[in-house]
Amino acid sequence: MEKIDVVIAGGGLAGLACAYRLADAGLQVIVVERGDFPGSKNVTGGRLYLNPIRPLVGDMLDDAPFERKVVRERWSLLGKGNSLNIDFTGEGFRSEDHSYTILRARFDRWLADKLMAKGVFVIPKYRVDDLLWDGDSVAGIKAGSEEIAAHIVVAADGVLSFMAEKAGLRPKMAPKNYAVGMKEVIGLSEEKINDRFNVEGGEGCAHLFLGDVTKGIFGGGFLYTNRDTVSIGIVAGIQGLMKKTPPVEAHTLMDAFKERYEIKRLLDGGNLVEYSAHIIPEGGHNGISKLYGNGIVVAGDAAGFALNMGVTVRGMEFAIASGVIAAETIIAAKDANDFTAKTLAGYEKRLEETFVLKDLVSCREMPEFLDNESFFSYYPENFPRFIEKIMWFGEWPKGKIGAALWKELKGSGMLSLRRLKELYNIRKI
Amino acid sequence: MRIDEKLALDAFKTDKDSHIIIRHEICREKCKTKYCLFVCPGHLYSYNEELDEIVVEFAGCLECGTCMVACQEGAIEWAYPKGEYGVQYRYG
Repeated sequence: MEKIDVVIAGGGLAGLACAYRLADAGLQVIVVERGDFPGSKNVTGGRLYLNPIRPLVGDMLDDAPFERKVVRERWSLLGKGNSLNIDFTGEGFRSEDHSYTILRARFDRWLADKLMAKGVFVIPKYRVDDLLWDGDSVAGIKAGSEEIAAHIVVAADGVLSFMAEKAGLRPKMAPKNYAVGMKEVIGLSEEKINDRFNVEGGEGCAHLFLGDVTKGIFGGGFLYTNRDTVSIGIVAGIQGLMKKTPPVEAHTLMDAFKERYEIKRLLDGGNLVEYSAHIIPEGGHNGISKLYGNGIVVAGDAAGFALNMGVTVRGMEFAIASGVIAAETIIAAKDANDFTAKTLAGYEKRLEETFVLKDLVSCREMPEFLDNESFFSYYPENFPRFIEKIMWFGEWPKGKIGAALWKELKGSGMLSLRRLKELYNIRKI
Repeated sequence: MRIDEKLALDAFKTDKDSHIIIRHEICREKCKTKYCLFVCPGHLYSYNEELDEIVVEFAGCLECGTCMVACQEGAIEWAYPKGEYGVQYRYG
């Protein structure tokens, strides 16, 4: 069978970015996508940070359909009946193109259209079922009754990557390495979003929530403003959900979150337009698959490229960067006419020189650090409580505020050895 | 809003064959935890006492794969729906 240069399983951001770079270099590439169109099976929180990928993308994201520029960063600790927030904005966040909220069904579809205008074949409605093999080398894909032979297969088939699994590059998925995200997209007028989130037109807000929102399970809530919708959701560790006693039905977390006083008015009058769910890699550096084999490379979520940094979560720029870097490796392999693992090892080396593996390596202690119920119950319960103690005025004389706070700090165990250790461990992350 | 009402807002194209196969003998013999009953974001799993079987309403599947990851016994055989089928997100 005549081989094309590259076939890409999955028309998400990793696959499309890879194809874009390959097409620019003049390689023959086909993208196979199981959804009705690229983006139709994808879900993000979410937002895309632009600075890390700027040196890699060229003109790829020019005129991209971003929703809103994130100029306001918020975090909330939610106790059972109270909450404490941090609300940040900065001039640089408003004046520069730092990060944008996006919706994947729009964004990926737009990028696929741009690719097709370059003459790349993006074939929707075909599920990649299996790999073709030539001895111990991957030699293409099977999709339905079709076979596409290629020198290289890019497994960009998302977090569940059945192709990386079939190639023997990814072990069975362990519950501790994954979280499930559930999201509602809620329609709300642009003016209402501007007013309720205190932003100008085109500007938006990214808001993370810790605590009661996951009933103490690893994870949290999120809210991102889009142009005329709001994305609101919950992320919960799969292992955490499995261990929770008594069990919590995952989908009920979402409703309880939206009923919170802190959220309810923000969404008032909005109408739910879509409910979605998706798994997120949470294993950090330890959760990464083997990245290449003979005739195959793995990119994006399929490789486990996502990073929960506690204060923010990142994935899409890792997908785009790994797709572009996979393409650069493939271009070099084509020049050398060698598609074996030996040449494709260059993929990992290139990734090591960029933020993709550098950030994953430097944050390698993060999953273990965050796997601590303190962050999901103890702190979110206690910090708002301290404020409540200070700010509540009863019928008796208030007395010394400092002394009252000290008593609370001691009584809550905030000054215990365990808390000091947690503080000390911050240096590791 | 009930979970089935939420799912009703999504666009689905439903195949006649399920992309999720449950191996009931494994559920009966090995599984004591039944994680599938509560981890699914679509709340699509239920237990039929009469048949002593786990039932999944695959037509509402959001294709996240959580059930497969949580099913430690390997009783859930899970594949993506065939091309053209399953949920089609319009926002994502």
